[in-house]
Amino acid sequence: MTRPSPDAEAVLTVDHLTMRFGGLVAVGDLSFKARRGDITALIGPNGAGKTTVFNCITGFYKPTEGKLTLAHADGSKHLLERLPNHAVNRIGRVARTFQNIRLFQGMTVLENLLVAQHAPLMRASGMTVLGLLGLPVYRRAEAAAIERAKDWLGRIDLIDRADDPAGDLPYGAQRRLEIARAMCTEPVLLCLDEPAAGLNPRESGELNALLRHIRDAHDTSVLLIEHDMSVVMEISDHVVVLDYGVKIADGTPGEVRADPRVIAAYLGVEDEEVEAVEAEVGLTVTHLEVEA
Amino acid sequence: MAAATRGAVGLPGILKDAAFYALGTFALCVPVVAFRTDAGPTGGLELTPRWGLVLALCAAIFLARLAQRLILMRRDARRALTPARSQATEAVGATPNAGQRVSMLALWLFIGIALTLPVVAALASGSLGEGRYWIDLGILILTYVMLGWGLNIVVGLAGLLDLGYVAFYAVGAYSYALLSTTFGLSFWVCLPLAGLFAALWGMLLGFPVLRLRGDYLAIVTLAFGEIIRLVLINWVDVTGGGAGISSIPRATFFGIPFTAGEDGFAARFGLTFDSMHRVVFLYYLILALALITNVVTLRLRRLPIGRAWEALREDEIACRSLGINTTTTKLTAFALGAAFGGFAGSFFAVRQGFISPESFNFLESAIILAIVVLGGMGSQVGVAIAAVAMVGGPEMLRNLGFLKAVFGQGFDPNEYRLLLFGLAMVAMMVWRPRGLISERTPSVALGERRAISGAHVSEGHG
Repeated sequence: MTRPSPDAEAVLTVDHLTMRFGGLVAVGDLSFKARRGDITALIGPNGAGKTTVFNCITGFYKPTEGKLTLAHADGSKHLLERLPNHAVNRIGRVARTFQNIRLFQGMTVLENLLVAQHAPLMRASGMTVLGLLGLPVYRRAEAAAIERAKDWLGRIDLIDRADDPAGDLPYGAQRRLEIARAMCTEPVLLCLDEPAAGLNPRESGELNALLRHIRDAHDTSVLLIEHDMSVVMEISDHVVVLDYGVKIADGTPGEVRADPRVIAAYLGVEDEEVEAVEAEVGLTVTHLEVEA
Repeated sequence: MAAATRGAVGLPGILKDAAFYALGTFALCVPVVAFRTDAGPTGGLELTPRWGLVLALCAAIFLARLAQRLILMRRDARRALTPARSQATEAVGATPNAGQRVSMLALWLFIGIALTLPVVAALASGSLGEGRYWIDLGILILTYVMLGWGLNIVVGLAGLLDLGYVAFYAVGAYSYALLSTTFGLSFWVCLPLAGLFAALWGMLLGFPVLRLRGDYLAIVTLAFGEIIRLVLINWVDVTGGGAGISSIPRATFFGIPFTAGEDGFAARFGLTFDSMHRVVFLYYLILALALITNVVTLRLRRLPIGRAWEALREDEIACRSLGINTTTTKLTAFALGAAFGGFAGSFFAVRQGFISPESFNFLESAIILAIVVLGGMGSQVGVAIAAVAMVGGPEMLRNLGFLKAVFGQGFDPNEYRLLLFGLAMVAMMVWRPRGLISERTPSVALGERRAISGAHVSEGHG
């Protein structure tokens, strides 16, 4: 396998990201890098601010402070925090899925994948005018879009259900479809918000295979939030751990798993132990406790 | 088990329930029905008691409720004995269901009648002149079909609840009226201009309401409709105020006027002059406009913009995450819907020859919206059927003279129009809450296009 070296170029650089909601600091001074071609996992206990980080990266929130730089393979750089919501996907080429699946339930599986190819189809239809006249330019573009959708449907094993409403699919299939839909926008960075939530072990295995395929066969890096440690440890190349909006660990799955702060954050420890660990790593965690 | 269920509810319980309903009816009847008020010879009020009628009404309600409960009880017992279907949602069958079959049949029936109406009316009534009532009714219905289809883009496809659609109808009507009376422009020049102006106003409305959803959007659009009407009333210098604009130039056959003179339509085509030629022409004009609206909408549905509208109705946040600019998507929906409203408006002006702000009140918006909702949001055929029912139905009441034989000479079915209208609405909402045709047809399919049950399709949040 051609895994990139640790000093490979970063696709996403998060610099001093802070997000405040009134007095609440959801994310405090977070910096990390996601390398191109990696699967980077963002983990942490409930309420650690993982989804807030995602919402900042994908343009749903404007960060209070900080810089989010996305580097394309051609060297161009985009400051995500300055792009309007929809442009993060179209210009920044960042796609995402949602914690609570957001498919277009009343539209068919195929239509869901075509909506994701809105921008190229819109151009091909001459901003609707040429398409309205029924010119072949648009028909060719639509056929190509359907081909691409079929590729993905084959990949996620839903080709037989292409004409069924997305709302009729079982939960695991909806998760896979949402990932395929995001991939149809041809992203440089794919952000997955708890893709394995609610999946059974078999579906979880299929998901791992799908994510590996995305990493290896496409020019897409993956950033994922996940609670399911089996998924995180198995497929991620790099793990960032958040607790109370602050990064407490950053490294390979093996390193993170052994980190006492991560264990403390997940399992909880006796107060004395916390103090001992804090003394050991030279950090005072107590000041992070939310005031007011 | 059925016996047990029956025992649990019990006949006495049902009787009590029905008696309770009868009592309620009695309470309602006392102030409304029990006394007939007439002006006496001295100018005072004469009260004629009508206890017999009250008793009859109470008995009718009692029996109706009794029958309903008994029927429901048997149905429940039957349901309890048959196993429930495992699937929570309606199965999506490959064979067309009743709704689809009805809609296909209705489609052909509708097109057939629409194309031949003037001929049929003339043959049935003896001459064109005597068939005029039917042709006028056809024009009226088709105007609402077109308005319904136009609003369907905004409400049915994009899921944006618009309570002020009549404003665009007004903009179109006044555009034609003002341009033709002031600058002498012909109808065919004014028609696209009217659509353009209405679209501009649609965008103007669109901008402030982009961030609003649901009830808030409805209120702002409602206010917008009222603003346009009030401007039309108060800007007397331009619009003529409440007096409106009269002597608007009539429609011409692509430049040839419908007059009795040498260069009139009849003389040019070697026909004997008949004032009905103009009416028939207007009929086919609105039919063509409505069909254009329909064809354009059907095509748009299969283009990326149409899919984006429907996706917007389903989930706006997901749309933005996929790079769809929701601002322009909403604005195009508003603008296109408004443009069709504008076309219909300028047709209205050329047909009436006179327009005033009175024609563009909130009730019109409500009727158009009711047509879209009753028809089934997003369904073109459903909207057409609903328009026929909503506009044609009340007209039919005028022809129910035979009811006088049943209810006595003083009975005028016309007075009950709104009552029946309301009853029909309530009945629809009980039995088909998602409209006549609630299924959604996919815009694209790999295999056979199968309708999507209304249970899945979102109605939009704003």
